[in-house]
Amino acid sequence: MTADRRLTLHVNGITHSCEVEPRMTLADCLREKLDLTGTHLGCEHGVCGACTVIVDGAAVRSCLMFAVQARDSMITTVEGLAASDTLSDLQQAFHDHFALQCGFCTPGFLTTAEAFLSENPSPTRGEVQSAISGNICRCTGYVPIIDAIVDTAKRRLESGK
Amino acid sequence: MTIPTPYIGTSIKRLEDRRLLTGAGRYIDDVKLPDMAVMAIYRSPYAHARINGIDLAAAKAIPGVIDAFCAADIETDLPAIPLRLAPFDGFERFLQRPIARDKVRYVGEPVAVVIAPDRYTAEDALDLIEVDFEPMTAVTTVDQAAAGETLVHEDAGENMGTSYRVGRGDADRAFTEAPYTRRERFTTNRHSAVPMETRGLIAEFDPDRPLLRLHGATKVNFFNRRHLAAAFGLPEDAVELIETDVGGGFGARGELYPEDYLVPIASRRVQRPVKWIEDRRENLTATNHSRDIVCDLEVASTEDGRILAMRATVQGDMGAYIRTNGGVVASKAAQFLPGPYRVPSFSCEVQFLITNKTPVGTFRGPGRFEANFCRERMLDMVAADLKIDPAELRFRNLMEPAELPYRIGELVPGDVNATFDRGNYSSAFKRLLDQVGYADWKDRQGEIVNRRAYGLGIACFIESSAAGPPETARIIVSADGSIEIRTGASSVGQGTETGLAQICADYLETDINLIAVLHGSTTLVPTGGGTFHSRNTVMAGNAVRMAAETLRSQCIELAALRWNTDSAGLAYQNGAVHRRDDPGTKLSIAELAIFAESRDGEELASDAAFDNEGKLSYSYGAHAALVAIDVATGVIEVEKYVLTEEIGRALNPAMVQGQAVGGLVQGLGGTLLDHMVYDDDGQLLTGSFADYLLPTSTELPDITAIALEQSPSEFNPMGFKGAGEGGIVAVAAAVGNAVVHALKDHNVQINDLPITPDRLRAALRAAGA
Repeated sequence: MTADRRLTLHVNGITHSCEVEPRMTLADCLREKLDLTGTHLGCEHGVCGACTVIVDGAAVRSCLMFAVQARDSMITTVEGLAASDTLSDLQQAFHDHFALQCGFCTPGFLTTAEAFLSENPSPTRGEVQSAISGNICRCTGYVPIIDAIVDTAKRRLESGK
Repeated sequence: MTIPTPYIGTSIKRLEDRRLLTGAGRYIDDVKLPDMAVMAIYRSPYAHARINGIDLAAAKAIPGVIDAFCAADIETDLPAIPLRLAPFDGFERFLQRPIARDKVRYVGEPVAVVIAPDRYTAEDALDLIEVDFEPMTAVTTVDQAAAGETLVHEDAGENMGTSYRVGRGDADRAFTEAPYTRRERFTTNRHSAVPMETRGLIAEFDPDRPLLRLHGATKVNFFNRRHLAAAFGLPEDAVELIETDVGGGFGARGELYPEDYLVPIASRRVQRPVKWIEDRRENLTATNHSRDIVCDLEVASTEDGRILAMRATVQGDMGAYIRTNGGVVASKAAQFLPGPYRVPSFSCEVQFLITNKTPVGTFRGPGRFEANFCRERMLDMVAADLKIDPAELRFRNLMEPAELPYRIGELVPGDVNATFDRGNYSSAFKRLLDQVGYADWKDRQGEIVNRRAYGLGIACFIESSAAGPPETARIIVSADGSIEIRTGASSVGQGTETGLAQICADYLETDINLIAVLHGSTTLVPTGGGTFHSRNTVMAGNAVRMAAETLRSQCIELAALRWNTDSAGLAYQNGAVHRRDDPGTKLSIAELAIFAESRDGEELASDAAFDNEGKLSYSYGAHAALVAIDVATGVIEVEKYVLTEEIGRALNPAMVQGQAVGGLVQGLGGTLLDHMVYDDDGQLLTGSFADYLLPTSTELPDITAIALEQSPSEFNPMGFKGAGEGGIVAVAAAVGNAVVHALKDHNVQINDLPITPDRLRAALRAAGA
């Protein structure tokens, strides 16, 4: 294979340096090189959304992006959604609404929803449903996930955040 | 400290959530051990082929590759994967060895293994494995299997895994004398559990110690340990199955599969830990499929719709091998065909046919979902034929409380005592009809609104819960007051930790936040039953209750020793023992734990096992679906869905709701989307998530799920019945009936799943629409 590349990645506010093969996906790099295992792999072909991370503000499937493509980008994974030992308001809403069971898809829903809410802070319920339609959950039937995101948007608007 | 007792019956927020929400969960692929290698599996690209030769040289030559092996390289003769459930005579001829030797029998069967430092290298090496296959005709339907022209297992001499007849009463006579009969063929689509986390394992095998530690195990770890120990010639205590966080089970995860043997073999060969993580394409061909039955069903009734008899032939497409779940799917389909109705005579031939497809196992509501679809569709046909309202027809036939308990007869060979316990089926059905506004709808079937045809379908169900071996629990109190529950039951993501902690907190009268729940691993408790058949709350829940009750008594005895007094003068309350004559004087469980330690060096702990002695409780209820169909395109939208389910007692109502809604949405997938499609060569055409469709967030109806607590189980003191599967079992039936009602002007019938727009359009075209 082509020689490894030295790569600098900005993840959750920390700058990391690692050696990767050019073909290594961002997901594998996060999980294997940086030990950020909160990003999960559900299909590795860009359909299930479990591996979604936020790259420069946009929700991106990290299984479809090479790590080297993320050079110089600002990346947020589920580990970076809240300060340590706290839950973000969205994470808290997932907890309050029973919006997770096995939890495997949850990081992808959280990152997708965060990126979505930053673009559309006052969504309708239907817009939330569309926004997460590329993420698959097998446990909850989605209803509490939608509730949690709608609830978070409402609270953020009310508090002016 | 105020304690919000009781926890039982309250929607306590889940103890599991924090780690899962912050990315700190530990699923099997998150586990990294020192010096760990990774393995990948070369799987058969053919459904049916002889193996004339396997060349691993080029694969082994790739820089970094540590080892590669195939069947010929394995020193020990590996036993077949055992039968755990429904092990009918004849199945022993069709068991699977962990790796193909002379022949492959389904696309996805393991043929060779590569071990490398990382998955990229391992998969590079897979590409260089050369296998000389001699393709054979693939058997892809039950009819082709029954014809027997091509044998999947030559030594067996037939493709019939086994067959048997079960029944009660004299069905043939009833059919001869009945004024009305109808016969239909129904098929339920092959699909699978498809949890979001694929399977994965890490083995650490040190033959000298000896120790085989297998991480990533779940569901039935003590059964699996026994068989893995035997397979590798180890004493049971030299095998440890370790459970991590699990990303969904739904029946498929945690059974013994070929990889449960191949990963340990790999570790033994290279003398280092070896990890294997299934990718999604592997998952769709290598993990058990389910549901695939053909049912020829006949019903005989009076002219006013009272059922006299049912006759059926159920054919299960078992795939290429009989795996651990044995004959569960088809046998339970047969057993549950009569359902909650009064069916005096019943006769069913059950056949298990071997084909060149992925082997079959259980998926949430195994056999129940299938039987329900066939029966409830048939009842709507009977109602239409006899011009009786479908709800009225069901009321006429539902067993009444006075008829319960009802011994259903030996409808699965050997299951002679199966008995529906007490309940009120009509009441749960009526609750559904009221909730959905059936009285308003029954005369509006087929109504066209905005160019879409509307129909409301209804279906009743019954399903069993909490079978199997006893479950265990151990409660340990630490000197700092923290409480640990250990159980042989597993968690596959359904909230086991929260539920068991609720019970423990109530019975120990303590703060739930002091409690941690460790589950599944064989290192925690000496034995356990595991997690399947909606049994955790019933079995593990009652084991925790018993252990807590014992612990309370132990605390009183310890306090009596500590105070040198008679235990009769002491009482346990709010996590402490008090003197009855001086309630202000107390010893907390933490203080008692310290005392126990100082006295004899023992921890303050209690053990319990709960055994329901095979007495099952049956959950029951009804579903209703309102659909809108675009007749021009065949697109079906489920607009509204209501279900009722009697579960005896809800441990955590929000989690029960989650089970019902989650199950229902999975069921919508099984009804409208999920389908393992094979071509005539036995190639799986739906091997990715681009082809194998699952429900997403934009396809949801307005859902009302009502858990009823009118009829507590008599077989455990807390009254629980299983709540994990009632959400799924009647979905295909309710939706199928709704579609037929919506299209009543076109006389379209739904006998096959999934109900897709193209199939519906084909039926409509044939009807001239």
